[in-house]
Amino acid sequence: MAEIAEVQSFTVTFIIRRFNPETDTEPYWQDFDVEMYATDRVLDGLHKIKWDVDGTLSFRRSCAHGICGSDAMRINGRNRLACKTLIKDLDISKPVYVEAIKGLPLEKDLIVDMEPFFKAYREVNPFMVTSAKPEKEHIQSPEQRARFDDTTKCILCAACTTSCPVFWTDGQYFGPAAIVNAHRFIFDSRDEDAQVRLDILNSKEGVWRCRTTFNCSEACPRGIEVTKAIAEVKQAVLRGVR
Amino acid sequence: MKTLNLEKAGWLFMRFSGALLIVLIFTHLGVNLLSDGGVKAIDFAFVAGKLANPFWQVFDTLLLWLALIHGANGMRTVINDYATKAGVRKVLLGALGVSTAMLIIMGTLVIYTLDPCPAGTPADLLPSFCPVA
Ligand code: SF4
Ligand code: FES
Repeated sequence: MAEIAEVQSFTVTFIIRRFNPETDTEPYWQDFDVEMYATDRVLDGLHKIKWDVDGTLSFRRSCAHGICGSDAMRINGRNRLACKTLIKDLDISKPVYVEAIKGLPLEKDLIVDMEPFFKAYREVNPFMVTSAKPEKEHIQSPEQRARFDDTTKCILCAACTTSCPVFWTDGQYFGPAAIVNAHRFIFDSRDEDAQVRLDILNSKEGVWRCRTTFNCSEACPRGIEVTKAIAEVKQAVLRGVR
Repeated sequence: MKTLNLEKAGWLFMRFSGALLIVLIFTHLGVNLLSDGGVKAIDFAFVAGKLANPFWQVFDTLLLWLALIHGANGMRTVINDYATKAGVRKVLLGALGVSTAMLIIMGTLVIYTLDPCPAGTPADLLPSFCPVA
């Protein structure tokens, strides 16, 4: 019987930006060596550290499968979901740098205060507004549905907004995620409040702040064309609805 | 919020002025640096001759205003990005506004009031093309 080759493991060095508000005045970098397989993800590395090495390491995660949006973080300088970043896709001959997403208040280690992000999200009225109370379901053609399909995929991970250089210096800017979620309803044929959302995003801290840097599109773990969605909202503001 | 929106106006201005500036700048460079005589032909007389022509007066005014406002608006964005202290930001934005306004005023004055041969100037200070008094 042929011998089954053992799956090769590697030592990966993680350098993690730590911060404990109760004891530290400034964040600092700490490194950990972890045995990992090519099929592991950065999240598995964080788990190994938390479970076996240092239980104080703090980070958010829930689903571990790229759908809850809890574990956006800066991995080697790019905003990624730890649960979707495979070790084999990283250059492990060098250390892997992991830190919290930028532009939101740091609470502990990899955890930031998401409230400013969700506040901007709530401000665009991210819910369907209809006046009629129909007896039947709202009818929508496949073409009408396709119009906003891309922006329905958002999981509110904040990877886009916290990769945006405008947001880093102007925390008042609505940010890509809020615009993506406004887009989801602005272009929905069943919704009646598009003009209200367009007026909100036409404000000083709205879509005109966007400078088409494309960081958001690059960061989005759901592959949403974020910059394109923002451009479509700009067009809609200029032309007046859809 | 709905009526006059400076951010929206600014955004639109940047697109339109940008497109127009491409034409203006390359025409400017072509006429000054390439067409007859090329760069060596530029002297006081060349500039004075151009500014005596109403077409180039309008052309240069457009170029001056659009380029300065376009550039200043870009600088405003850069300042907003990098100056994180409110005081520093205010000072820089103020300095930017004043210098832009001054450049626009002085440039416009030169375009419309340049008199290459002011009356009563001694002949040896005048350029050679001026009519001898
Ligand atoms: S648009 Fe993409 S990156 Fe931004 S919050 Fe939604 S899923 Fe995350
Ligand atoms: S843990 Fe849910 S998206 Fe990564």
